[in-house]
Amino acid sequence: MQNNAVSMRGVTKRFGEVVANHDVSLDIREGEILALLGENGSGKTTIMNMLSGIYYPDAGQIFVRGQEESIRSPKDAFRLGIGMVHQHFKLVEVFTAAENILLGMSGNGRFDKKTAATEIAALAQRYGFDLDPQRKIYDMAVSEKQTVEIIKVLYRGADILILDEPTAVLTPQETEKLFKVLRNMRDDGKSIVIITHKLSEVMAISDRVTVLRRGEYIDTLNTKETNPQALADRMVGRALKLNIDRPEPQNPQTRLMVSKLSCRSPEGLRVLDGVSFEARSGEILGIAGVGGSGQRELCEAIAGLYPMESGDIRYLAPDGKDPKGESLRGMSPTAIRALGVSLAFVPEDRLGMGLVGSMGMVENMMLKSYAEGKSFLTDHKPSKNLAEDVRRRLGVVTPDLKTPVQRLSGGNVQKVLLGREIASKPSVLMAAYPVRGLDINSSYMIYSLLNEQKKEGAAVIYVGEDLDVLLELCDRILVLCGGQVSGIVDGRSVTKEEVGLMMTQVKEDRPHDA
Amino acid sequence: MTHKVAAKKEPLVRLVKRDKISTPKKWAIRIAAIVLALLAGSLFIMILGHNPAAVYADMVNGSLGTKTARNSTIRLAIPLLGTALAIAPAFKMKFWNIGAEGQIMMGAIAATYFALFWYDRLPRPVLLLVMFLAAIVAGGIWGLVPAYCKAKWGTNETLFTLMLNYIALGYERYLQHGPWIDPKGTGFPIIAMFDPSARLPKVLGIHIGWIIVLLLTVLMYVYLKHSKHGYEITVVGESQRTARYAGMNVSKIIMRTMFISGAICGLVGMLIVAGADYTLSTGTTGGVGFTAITVAWLAQLSPFGMVLMAAFIALLGKGANTIQTNFQIPASASKVLTGTILFFMLGCEFFINYRLIFRGRGRKEDAEHA
Repeated sequence: MQNNAVSMRGVTKRFGEVVANHDVSLDIREGEILALLGENGSGKTTIMNMLSGIYYPDAGQIFVRGQEESIRSPKDAFRLGIGMVHQHFKLVEVFTAAENILLGMSGNGRFDKKTAATEIAALAQRYGFDLDPQRKIYDMAVSEKQTVEIIKVLYRGADILILDEPTAVLTPQETEKLFKVLRNMRDDGKSIVIITHKLSEVMAISDRVTVLRRGEYIDTLNTKETNPQALADRMVGRALKLNIDRPEPQNPQTRLMVSKLSCRSPEGLRVLDGVSFEARSGEILGIAGVGGSGQRELCEAIAGLYPMESGDIRYLAPDGKDPKGESLRGMSPTAIRALGVSLAFVPEDRLGMGLVGSMGMVENMMLKSYAEGKSFLTDHKPSKNLAEDVRRRLGVVTPDLKTPVQRLSGGNVQKVLLGREIASKPSVLMAAYPVRGLDINSSYMIYSLLNEQKKEGAAVIYVGEDLDVLLELCDRILVLCGGQVSGIVDGRSVTKEEVGLMMTQVKEDRPHDA
Repeated sequence: MTHKVAAKKEPLVRLVKRDKISTPKKWAIRIAAIVLALLAGSLFIMILGHNPAAVYADMVNGSLGTKTARNSTIRLAIPLLGTALAIAPAFKMKFWNIGAEGQIMMGAIAATYFALFWYDRLPRPVLLLVMFLAAIVAGGIWGLVPAYCKAKWGTNETLFTLMLNYIALGYERYLQHGPWIDPKGTGFPIIAMFDPSARLPKVLGIHIGWIIVLLLTVLMYVYLKHSKHGYEITVVGESQRTARYAGMNVSKIIMRTMFISGAICGLVGMLIVAGADYTLSTGTTGGVGFTAITVAWLAQLSPFGMVLMAAFIALLGKGANTIQTNFQIPASASKVLTGTILFFMLGCEFFINYRLIFRGRGRKEDAEHA
């Protein structure tokens, strides 16, 4: 039996009324990869934040190498050899990798950059990382930035590593590479905790898996002796059907025609480059790509929120009277609406763009329609009815229709947003990362709502990050890579690996059809 | 690798954000803050060698005791309330308008122009109406300039509005020393008193401004709470991205709101010169534009709350004046006293939002919860 590197006993953490962790006890052994599995909001990040000194537990004990410790800051954690790589990177963009790694290290007043660079390169080589210590962060791809974060932790002498959802930003190929590195580190005697909610990853990488649910410890299993279904059941607390519906498209017609769309960011970078595709009624078009490949800009350009440099976006009304369609180029959201185009958009940033966090459901329902009517005053009645309707039909859990939506859970926030957008009976529905941060039940509800809209004849555009979901839900998948379309493929026949490859490279000769 | 043992001690104090707090508890904290402020003030008064109880009693008496005292307290409260109402929409939009001083001054200058040079050519109601309009437009434009620059070039509104204060003040000083100097005066740089026809009428012994600001209170409440403009202001203040997503013209909203904010400030300027001072001077604004920020924050941008807070601040101000004369307490000392009270009142909001947990208490509380 291996020794425990870390033992947490009876750890509790509360935020106001919310209990993030209640009486959680778990062990991390020396030289193992432990998967910490749980849905969003199950408290897996919180418990690890207590181990890495970000939060201080309200109750409970933490033992490191058999000795009870009080970890009051990340510095304490580092002294104990505990390091955490967070989901959101904390790097200085204009510094090199080496400078970022050295940043915040206490020394005797001066840096020996040369020695440090050699040490860093040696460390990278030892575990099989690809890293040029002299490269600036802003030149790096997401996976490289992650490498910097991991080495930063290793360089500080951590031998207990915590990685929070490390694969969320990676392609399948990059994930495989990361896993190889993690195995090397384990074989070197390090303890690794990987926080995740993806079952396939748990099976692929971990030695043991600890399941949390709603802030409580549920179970710990040896990965070899379990299976995804058993883990899913423990994660959500009851038997769960793990597949997504995909009805055949009915009478698909082109609804939106995007041709040679190019956009530049305010900084002058080309973020979309000659993007062409069609969105058809009665089908779901998936958009895949590594985060930041132009997904946000594409959605916003269609919604009239991002300036277009060249190209065109045409809308073909369902009545079919105008076969060439109406150009939406250069139009504001209000102008698009005035044209009679019912375009619904569920943006990625729900509380920063789609909703007003400090307002309740009622006032959020009128965000797009408040200006209707001649009166100088707002009319709350229709939006109150709509809010009531959305709450009932989508099962939004809220104490009151006036409760600020930022106080609701992620799933409920998304239901409010999607509910409002669907209520406009859209002919085009764009949803950017609609299930990000949602628990499994809410996610499945969102999928079925999208399918419902598909059956109603809407052209649905689904921007997603989980390839498994994209492959199960979408009729066609458009893959973006660095602002270009690297292909549009049939969702029923394509494999995860093929999409993954397209996410990282654009083949010039690939015909843009499917 | 060395693993030094971390000190096995819980942190002395931890801050925990409160999820929500019951209304009675909230008011208990506020009342405690006022009591503590009065106690701290007492200490200060005792150091000065006076009896705190007598000084406090004199403050209350001096601001509320007689009809004259009451009237002058209300006169102090009028511009405070008006200006707090003026900056409310800007602050709600998170546009930090600290240029109320300048906007008041420009309104006052515009009104004074008509009061000095048109009083004999226009009938009284028309004259007053023209003065009001001029003050509103001038103040509005003074508010619009920084808004336009912010909307167009993303300039910093805090610095911009602050700097405009000094331009307005400098312009007034120029007028007072040159073009508008009192021709019947002895060459001393002051502006003549207004002709009686350019002065605001009185209602119940106080100039009509009190009715105007109370009316404005109701209007502002409806504007912010129930109008489409008010809705837009809230959304823009919360997130400009959301506002654009909803199809709002953010630049237009920023400019419109700041025009309104400046216009109400200009109106306040008119009330001061035509209602209280009957002339224009460098002291016309008297720091109202800054004190009103305190009023607006203490009232948490609620128009009706501002009525209470403006009255309270005016009461402190008038009371401080009284103790100055009655106890020979220097002006600076009575300002320290008012400052102490405001410090405690604003500071207590922190304890409404956060909870402190002292070493050892956390675990005990946990046991209680379980």
